[in-house]
Amino acid sequence: MTVTASASEARPRPIQVWLLIWAFALAAVLVVFLLQDRLPWAVNYPASAVVPVADWVSALMRWIKSNLSWLTRSITAVLGVPLDFALNLLAKNFKIGHGADAYVLPRLSWVGVCAAAFLAGHAVGGRKLGLLVGGCFLYIALFGQWTSAMLTLALISIAVPFCIVTGLFAGIWAWRKPWAERLIVSPALDLMQTIPTFAYLIPMLLLFGNSPVSAMIATAIFATPPMVRATMLGLSRVPSEIDDFSEMAGCTARQKLWRVLLPSARPTLMIGVNQVIMLALNMVIIASMIGAGGLGYDVLLALRALKVGEAMEAGLAIVALAIALDRLSQAIAHSQAKGHVHQEMSPSLWRRYPNLTLAIAILVATTLLGLFVPAFAAVPKAITFTTAPLWKAAVNWVTINFFDTIEAFRVALILNVLNPLRAFCEGFPWLGAVFLLGLAGYQLSGLRLAILVAALTTFCAVTGLWEKTMATVYLCGISAFIACLIGIPIGLMASRSDRFEKIVTPVIDTLQVLPSFCFIIPVVMLFRVGDVTAMIATIAFAVVPAIRYTNHGIRQVPPALIEAAKVSGCTPRQTFFRVQLPLALPEIMLGVNQTILMALAMIIICAMVGTRDLGQEVFIALSKADSGRGIVAGLAIAFIGIVADRLFSAWTAKARARLG
Amino acid sequence: MTNKTDQEPNAAGAPKDARPIKLACRNVWKLFGSNAASFIRERDGKASMADVTAAGLVGAVRAVDLEIRQGEIFIIMGLSGSGKSTLVRCMSRLVEPTHGKVEFEGKDLLKISDAALIELRRHRMGMVFQNFALLPHLNVLENIAFPLSIQGQDRPTREARAREVIELVGLRGREHFYPRELSGGQQQRVGIARSLATKPEIWFLDEPFSALDPLIRREMQDELMRLQTMLHKTIVFITHDFDEAIRLADRIAIMKDGEVIQIGTPEELVVNPATDYVAEFTRDVDRAKVISARSLMRACDGSEHGGTIAPDAKIASFSAGIVAANKPFAVVNGTGKPIGEVTPQAVIDLLAGIDRSRAGA
Repeated sequence: MTVTASASEARPRPIQVWLLIWAFALAAVLVVFLLQDRLPWAVNYPASAVVPVADWVSALMRWIKSNLSWLTRSITAVLGVPLDFALNLLAKNFKIGHGADAYVLPRLSWVGVCAAAFLAGHAVGGRKLGLLVGGCFLYIALFGQWTSAMLTLALISIAVPFCIVTGLFAGIWAWRKPWAERLIVSPALDLMQTIPTFAYLIPMLLLFGNSPVSAMIATAIFATPPMVRATMLGLSRVPSEIDDFSEMAGCTARQKLWRVLLPSARPTLMIGVNQVIMLALNMVIIASMIGAGGLGYDVLLALRALKVGEAMEAGLAIVALAIALDRLSQAIAHSQAKGHVHQEMSPSLWRRYPNLTLAIAILVATTLLGLFVPAFAAVPKAITFTTAPLWKAAVNWVTINFFDTIEAFRVALILNVLNPLRAFCEGFPWLGAVFLLGLAGYQLSGLRLAILVAALTTFCAVTGLWEKTMATVYLCGISAFIACLIGIPIGLMASRSDRFEKIVTPVIDTLQVLPSFCFIIPVVMLFRVGDVTAMIATIAFAVVPAIRYTNHGIRQVPPALIEAAKVSGCTPRQTFFRVQLPLALPEIMLGVNQTILMALAMIIICAMVGTRDLGQEVFIALSKADSGRGIVAGLAIAFIGIVADRLFSAWTAKARARLG
Repeated sequence: MTNKTDQEPNAAGAPKDARPIKLACRNVWKLFGSNAASFIRERDGKASMADVTAAGLVGAVRAVDLEIRQGEIFIIMGLSGSGKSTLVRCMSRLVEPTHGKVEFEGKDLLKISDAALIELRRHRMGMVFQNFALLPHLNVLENIAFPLSIQGQDRPTREARAREVIELVGLRGREHFYPRELSGGQQQRVGIARSLATKPEIWFLDEPFSALDPLIRREMQDELMRLQTMLHKTIVFITHDFDEAIRLADRIAIMKDGEVIQIGTPEELVVNPATDYVAEFTRDVDRAKVISARSLMRACDGSEHGGTIAPDAKIASFSAGIVAANKPFAVVNGTGKPIGEVTPQAVIDLLAGIDRSRAGA
């Protein structure tokens, strides 16, 4: 009795101690801030002490470039072969010979590709999916985006298998060797996923030149991590009994892996494949800056020329392609997860794969027809239509009628919210930030996390990027904050009403598959370039996880607990606030964490619309091909993400542990 | 502490089993924790529960000695966490024991090479799992043929064999179904068929019926008995259900906290529980179905007999007759010679749950 009593009394004290510590720490930072005339080095990192990491990286890249050009050239040559084949097959036609008398083999007919898309959808998801996928392709064709879209598709179709194979083997390796997972694979994956997409482009540009191959390599690097994770997860989730069975059946290690474990893990692997495809699409769009061409390039050109209508049209084509690819690969993953259904074995290939054979037949027939009937080879101008003028008119109408309102909103936001916050963040003493973040790390997890967090923060300061780092933090922070402010209530509502959830789910599913690029286009039409545009685009992009995780977190509270609450006489409101919300809190925190990471990724891309932060730094480096500057800024961005991620994960883990 | 009734001439006086020993555990230990191996080696394979706990280790299996004879159904019974699953995995070397020997036909299983182990598992061992462990991407036929295809048999041979065992377990017509399309009982039939496809000599069944509904479980137990009368495998069967153990077992080993606390026939466990723990399990058992005439008989005292029974006859099989006759029955051995008698009063006492011998002792 006495023991439990004293334990429960002792319980609240550590929290009070931490409160005191935090109050003291904040006071100390405030003192430093106020004394900034006396201690300028603690507020603004002295320029004389900046460590020239960027120069070192540049030197290293120069050395690699001059000494390993034989390697990069041969990689370009080898990867160029399948890539050229895919590009020719889908978009460009094969040319055999040179000059005027070259013999031209036509690319696949657009009619055939649309039909094949329909059949693929039909095969894995029934007629509805077939119509959706076929319709998306038809949309692309009719809106005159066919060649660009096929360029994009060709790049994806070569990059994705590459990602899947690499990811599979890396995942198997990490699963087999725990030390490799801990020391190499996990940190590498974290870094690969938090370094902003732009930062990949710079070294690729330097090593492989401005070409589709370098775009493809950047895409492959960016899109591989989910496959590695899916492989590791899938293999570790195979029931131990299946593992035991394979041993008892006398499988050799190889038989066990390839014939038992990997097939058993197939549903999880297919989810990985879906993510690879979507990330590859996202990256191919961004990689248009270094020569990928395709839809992303169209958007980029149109945005630069402020041709809103054209940008919107190409953007919508990206959306159509994204939806088609996502639904198709998800349906495949889903049918894998649902398991097979028995059917009698049919001896002939044609009978066993009727859709596949039909698709090939149609492709061949229409392509051959294209030799004689031009309408099959290229989408005839007569049947395409463009909505660009329509979009332009719409934007004009909005600007004419609502210019004052929008402008007033924009200016008010900048003057009253954004600028003061920005000033506060940029003036924040770097030493104070290192100290406070380290303290948070220590409280949440211990000395190791504290050191990691403090070291990563220090890196941002000593490389002379403190002000830009804080500019990024401010924009990312406020966007993520507003995204949570919007997303969490929506998630809560969705969790309480099935009907509302049915409306929300398709919307967030669609938002999630859209490449980040697409979010900028409509916002830039209304708000022009600047921080407000970046903020709004980022909120739209990052709101999804806040909604999804909140909804899921509330819904996964065990029904037995809710029944228990009801039986104890809780009102619905009490049930919600006393039972569901506390139990869902770790899951909601996870959503907030994801929101922050997505906001960070998006903020960087928003450098295209004129923000002044680390993204701009990378963007400038990209245009100057200054690899050192770009990579260091990229690392700083990645470190912001890692610090936020680690602190939030530690917090979530702690909350989880408390709930048991 | 450990009472190994099978080594000594047992109380009930059953004849000693002369069948060869198929599989034996000699002082097998499985400890989890750092330096578990050196811990047990230093103590020369002897340690108490307190020692193990004090060293910060978890004793999943401790000092297990048992011998399984060819053709018997040997049941390892214990509640969850008693180490029974770990023990059966030590026997098949799915789990490497920390200490001790596992002998398969007298050869130490822990010393053989990996290749020899694979060979052994491919041809001489079979295992059935609690949650079936069927491969989700293969249909019934392919699942059952899988162990054969691993051995490199060609498709016609292995499919012919698979169809044989499909016939045996009564799954004909389901060859092309996938596991998800089958009920639990059917899935476990597939698991059983798959483990039998390789014609194993020793058959491990790890709680094979625990995931099934009670009615299906009973049906599957009958099915197992039917198969065993045809196949005469050496069976190591794990369960947490004492009634199941009583129904199926030739002998039962009862485990608690990683230790085997008693090994014996169901009758021996019921008549002579080694500890209160065992007695607790046996308390609700229908004794008339477990106890045989031999346990109840006394020397003939010359009174008239109302009938004859074999020493192995369960009480339930003649209780109605003996009470109706109201005369002692003679217990006769194989040659027809009387070796004792059972009185109606003894049967009535047993059915009523009155234990005079205990009360006297």
